Amino acid sequence: MSTLTTNYLTPTGREEAWRFTPLKRLGGLHDGTFKLATRNTLALTSSAPTGITFERIGRELVSAESKTDDVIVGRIHEAAKEVSVLKIAANAELAEPISLYRLAGGLTDAELSRVQIRIGANAKATVIIENTGDHLIAEDIEIICEPGSNLTVVSLQEWDSKTIHAGRQHAIVDRDATFKSIIVTVGGDVVRLLPTVEFKGQGASVELLGVYFATAGQFFEHRMFVDHLVPNAKSRVNYKGALAGQDAHTVWIGDVFIRAAAEGTDTYELNRNLLLSDGARADSVPNLEIETGEIVGAGHASTTGRFDDEQLFYLMSRGIAVEDARRLVVRGFFNEIVSEIGNSDIQDRLMNRIDQELEKAGAK
Amino acid sequence: MSTLEIRGLKVSVDTENGPVEILKGVDLTIKSGETHAIMGPNGSGKSTLAYSIAGHPKYQITGGTVTLDGVDLLEMTVDERARAGLFLAMQYPVEVPGVSVSNFLRTAATALRGEAPKLRTWVGEVKSAMAALSMDPAFAERNVNEGFSGGEKKRHEIMQLELLKPKIAILDETDSGLDVDALRIVSEGVVRAKADNDLGVLLITHYTRILRYIKPDFVHVFADGRIVEEGGPELAEKLEANGYAEYVSK
Ligand SMILES: Nc1ncnc2c1ncn2[C@@H]1O[C@H](COP(=O)(O)OP(=O)(O)OP(=O)(O)O)[C@@H](O)[C@H]1O
Ligand SMILES: [Mg+2]
Repeated sequence: MSTLTTNYLTPTGREEAWRFTPLKRLGGLHDGTFKLATRNTLALTSSAPTGITFERIGRELVSAESKTDDVIVGRIHEAAKEVSVLKIAANAELAEPISLYRLAGGLTDAELSRVQIRIGANAKATVIIENTGDHLIAEDIEIICEPGSNLTVVSLQEWDSKTIHAGRQHAIVDRDATFKSIIVTVGGDVVRLLPTVEFKGQGASVELLGVYFATAGQFFEHRMFVDHLVPNAKSRVNYKGALAGQDAHTVWIGDVFIRAAAEGTDTYELNRNLLLSDGARADSVPNLEIETGEIVGAGHASTTGRFDDEQLFYLMSRGIAVEDARRLVVRGFFNEIVSEIGNSDIQDRLMNRIDQELEKAGAK
Repeated sequence: MSTLEIRGLKVSVDTENGPVEILKGVDLTIKSGETHAIMGPNGSGKSTLAYSIAGHPKYQITGGTVTLDGVDLLEMTVDERARAGLFLAMQYPVEVPGVSVSNFLRTAATALRGEAPKLRTWVGEVKSAMAALSMDPAFAERNVNEGFSGGEKKRHEIMQLELLKPKIAILDETDSGLDVDALRIVSEGVVRAKADNDLGVLLITHYTRILRYIKPDFVHVFADGRIVEEGGPELAEKLEANGYAEYVSK
């Protein structure tokens, strides 16, 4: 039993934010009934290039940059005595991505991890976080994009099958900055992520991209919140998911809020799901709230469908066997987003993983 | 020498009000090297015939047989029919998002030839097939049919015809939507495929202009789900002049 004193109400499952989540499978992350682990598993893959620092800093020196009403994120901020801080110096231009990975974790106690990524003004970088192994983990990543910076964060959930992972990736995007998030979730038992964005300055631009593939019994939830609180910012959300197998369950929530002050906002969000078998369930809820009419554009779309018979017929009419035709169609479906990662080793690995998931599911 | 033999073919489609019979007994034999033109009014069932032979899941075969060199095609899956030597150039080629033309072609060639083509010769093979249809090499990296213009889709179909070398090809309105130059380029592709592989062709069209390039040995008039008249090239000229009035009851 954790001794946390958080004031957050323990979710019951009736709350809007929790109504899809299987609370019983969260390992106690939501109600504090976990044993707190002392490990810090996030590590830099190779030594930091110039212009980069990655340090663990006592929390008294790292104030939170954002608020939250998520109980798990609240618990992380209470529990984590140190913060893993990745800093990219102003004006740095990194040719190679900064790569982070996971040290060995565990399932009997829970790691509550607080991370801050800060990119200085006019710097340009890509950060890749490769999540593997079996972990019980709650992690909050605050991403601070200073004016004119250009940051891509790729978060790969290639967890083993028992992982429970809940957390937030919260970007605060200042004037004329560009932020791109690519979240890939293909492994784990329960994964619940909140990719959230808070615009701090005008002229900023954000892309939230994601792919997920859930097979039998897996639960993957991605819950965006894009808060347009300043004028003239642009946001694009595009998540694509596939599901196959009994009780595969995915949830995509796209909350976009255009506040009264956010004139000139340009936003579009899209979620597409490919249901590859019976017994799987995809929930998809776009939600656009608009307080001003003075905007460039605002729209959303959500589709959930099965294999397109016409596409399969076309491929098969050229001699391609049905399994290969399905593989082509599924790879094609995900390619639009996977190709944005910009690293061919990772892209190939993910596409092979997607092939395996498809094979495992024996999708029809 | 190959023979596609269609005997008494009856086909229905499922609708909200139950099955509707579209093909009402079609008989047709196509041999290697022969060109058969099928002409007929809109909605008479020409595409239904083409799709049914290729095995599209929408169509229910309710009677008759289709064989290629004596082997029952109707028992085969769509890909098996293609591997048996059948090719369908579609009236409306399908877009396949995220799948590049080059990946698609290589996967198809691998399936049809039973082994992956040697990379060294393959690249040249694709390049020259595209050049022969006056297609920009950039199409190789585009997604299959995605955003192609109507005419570009048709060129892409005939490019595949030349590359994949079937025994019998069904061309469903390949000439529709082509400008005069594209019509010539596409027709020359078909003529080359005939010369190089002794291809048998079933050519569905509304216009005689393509028949000036691809000379038919036989012309069949299709109306209300069956072949109602057969003749030589002169029949096409007569149809163009007189229309189908004498063949449709209504
Ligand atoms: N699902 C359906 N429900 C009802 N009728 C259908 C259905 N699918 C096809 N048909 C009908 O089948 C008939 C034959 O269609 P088909 O596409 O084969 O005609 P076609 O001869 O190729 O015409 P076109 O010259 O216009 O290409 C049409 O009348 C069409 O409306
Ligand atoms: Mg037709």
